[in-house]
Amino acid sequence: MCLAIPGKILDISKKDGVRAGRVEFGGIVNQVCLDFAPEAEVGDYVMVHVGFAISRVDREEAERTYQILEAMGLLEGELQPSVQESPETLQ
Amino acid sequence: MKYLDEYRDEKIAHALAQEIRERVTHPWVLMEICGGQTHTIMRYGIDELLPREVELVHGPGCPVCVTPLETIDKALELAALPDLTLVSYGDMLRVPGSSSDLFHAKANGSDVRVVYSPLEALKIARANPDRKVVFLAIGFETTAPANAMAVWQARREGLNNFSVLASHVLVPPAMRLLLGSPDNRVQGFIAPGHVCTVMGYRQYEEMVNEFRVPIVVGGFEPVDLLEAILMLVRQLEEGRAAMENQYVRSVTREGNLPAQQIVETVFEACDQKWRGIGTIPQSGLRIRPEFAAHDAEKTFGMSEMKVEEPTECISAQVLKGLKKPPDCPAFANGCTPESPLGAPMVSAEGACAAYYRYRRHKVLQERACNG
Amino acid sequence: MANQAPSLTSLSCPVPLSAVDRVLLGHGSGGRLSADLLQRFFLPAFENPALSRLDDQAIVIVNGECLAFTTDSFVVKPLFFSGGDIGSLAVHGTVNDLAMGGARPLYLSAAFILEEGLPFETLRRVVESFRSAAAAAQVEVVTGDTKVVEKGCCDGMFINTSGIGSVKPGLHLSADLARPGDRILLSGPIGEHGIAILAVREGLEFENPVRSDSAPLHSLVAEMLKASEGIRCMRDPTRGGLSSSLNEIAARSAVGMTLDERRIPICEEVRGACEMLGLDPLYVANEGKLVAIVEPGAAEPLLDAMRSHPLGRQAQIIGTVTSEDPGLVVMRTTLGTMRVVDMLAGDQLPRIC
Repeated sequence: MCLAIPGKILDISKKDGVRAGRVEFGGIVNQVCLDFAPEAEVGDYVMVHVGFAISRVDREEAERTYQILEAMGLLEGELQPSVQESPETLQ
Repeated sequence: MKYLDEYRDEKIAHALAQEIRERVTHPWVLMEICGGQTHTIMRYGIDELLPREVELVHGPGCPVCVTPLETIDKALELAALPDLTLVSYGDMLRVPGSSSDLFHAKANGSDVRVVYSPLEALKIARANPDRKVVFLAIGFETTAPANAMAVWQARREGLNNFSVLASHVLVPPAMRLLLGSPDNRVQGFIAPGHVCTVMGYRQYEEMVNEFRVPIVVGGFEPVDLLEAILMLVRQLEEGRAAMENQYVRSVTREGNLPAQQIVETVFEACDQKWRGIGTIPQSGLRIRPEFAAHDAEKTFGMSEMKVEEPTECISAQVLKGLKKPPDCPAFANGCTPESPLGAPMVSAEGACAAYYRYRRHKVLQERACNG
Repeated sequence: MANQAPSLTSLSCPVPLSAVDRVLLGHGSGGRLSADLLQRFFLPAFENPALSRLDDQAIVIVNGECLAFTTDSFVVKPLFFSGGDIGSLAVHGTVNDLAMGGARPLYLSAAFILEEGLPFETLRRVVESFRSAAAAAQVEVVTGDTKVVEKGCCDGMFINTSGIGSVKPGLHLSADLARPGDRILLSGPIGEHGIAILAVREGLEFENPVRSDSAPLHSLVAEMLKASEGIRCMRDPTRGGLSSSLNEIAARSAVGMTLDERRIPICEEVRGACEMLGLDPLYVANEGKLVAIVEPGAAEPLLDAMRSHPLGRQAQIIGTVTSEDPGLVVMRTTLGTMRVVDMLAGDQLPRIC
């Protein structure tokens, strides 16, 4: 139980002796301590928990594993043409 | 939101569920350790997507639920002091102590403040040099580095009005207790993805080897959990027991070394009481003597409190995955989030609260059917 | 306990919450605790037909005229936030309570409780904001009051307002009128006001602040009333969020509701903030949105009318009223599974887990 969400580093600076960055979470930008992610650079994504980056998102690994998932999803989508829609909420 | 939305994709989730359905030939009992994972399962109805053969039970992965009564009582004692500001993460405010909770304390005039990050607690201390500021630092290994940093920074800055009331719990000792128990039903575990982000998964590899049980490190989004469940089911169906990592975008075998280092510098392992379970040896963290100036237990001379926990709530069994919240006769029938009888109902991450908030209608329907 | 070996079979249980015998902050949150307070103290004391409908406003008949009457208090902290302040909030909140009853807002009262030491400049700014919002909403402030309390007894300023509006004869909107088959309409994206306030209050320094959506809805309502007579009930989901309003209506009408998560509009920034803090946007306050329960045939014409108005551009049909599980609001998640949208107990708190 550790709510951590991914955010993109916009810039990095040193604040109060601590390496910090402005990190964007879907439109919201917040200050995050980057001391636990020394290898993270501007443009990288980090997982942020209580204001601290606890990991740098491994883009290559994420991409590689996601492609497999995506292929599964597409195949599934082809086999079952439509997921059940609740009719009254369609515009 | 990148690295979030993709893992909530409906098609992928259904494809994974379908794959699980096709693989399963045998009933399996799986446990997710983390309260955040339980929350996702309930909120997205993941168990609805799984075949009946796969049973998910919920582990003790909620630091709020397992924070000992004594810690809440100590926090309340401190909050009652006139020149003291008690700062806490939001989830702790409604957890009942022996006779009160921090919400009540706030109502009675105590200066209790909620923060999102320990860095804010430091800010409060800097801004209020004439007040004593105590930060109630709880959490699993995920939160320990941030809490450690608060202590470290305080010492570096000579922030003498700032101290930390720490109560941390470690996952592996609790898992070992479960695995070593004669009534353990769990056949495969989803290891907590953010705990492992910090700690790596070597400790879990050891458990795989010792207990011959499959463990997969899982993330927190629906696709992550379904993928982790699929990986466990594959292993179980093939008679394997191995360590696997589903959450590769955040977790490595070694984990986060700078984070581990600061925890090692500030904290040391100790025996820790888990509310509803008892004391598990070496399952907690306490502040090292070198940092005593910022250890609220030391600076306020908090006496060794012993609190008796009354019986007749099945919280303990829920926390251990032996029972599900709806098995409890008091669930939604005297025990609700507003008037909780036990910790798992209080915490937003607790299994009971998650069941109540997201799935109550299922339970009520089942009860109606069963008469 | 400390000396016992940990055992997986021994039962032990945390202590039950002590009986609540005093007011908690949660009693003001608009959720279950607030409802309890009403039921325990206020309804038994003031019982009468107009009050017991428990709508956002009371409809009373005076000399044959149908009037809507409402009161509200504003205790928001901080006083100033992105998108408004306590002054404009007070006007919009009261105007909206009247508008939810289909009333045309006419007159407001404004009672100010000021904290000793409040700078005149602050007071001036708030009063100007109040004036400006009232003028834009075309309501007149016809009576008021001022009190001063000692330092520490109110957060700078509290404002109480009352409002009177006129209701077209024959127009009857109420929370107990929802029927199975009715559609649920929402005027726009949720959670903006709550996040705007939380951001300032908790010192969450969002660089691009979320603006409160505080706005007067009476002209939107007027357009809706022109477009159709099929509106059963309207609410502006303030404290407690969309969930509280829908749960209240479901309970009062003894109906169920099924929502579709994919249809509920939310802007990126609010979503990011909620993800970061672990908040559910369904429980976050709004101050410029309305939810309407309407007859099935009226849904499309009303949606069109709403979308032609600046405050309703992103209106959506978000769900349906059902006869299953009366009093329960459920939602189809983005995965196609069902979850309960429960009534909040007290305030929603940011979580770390």
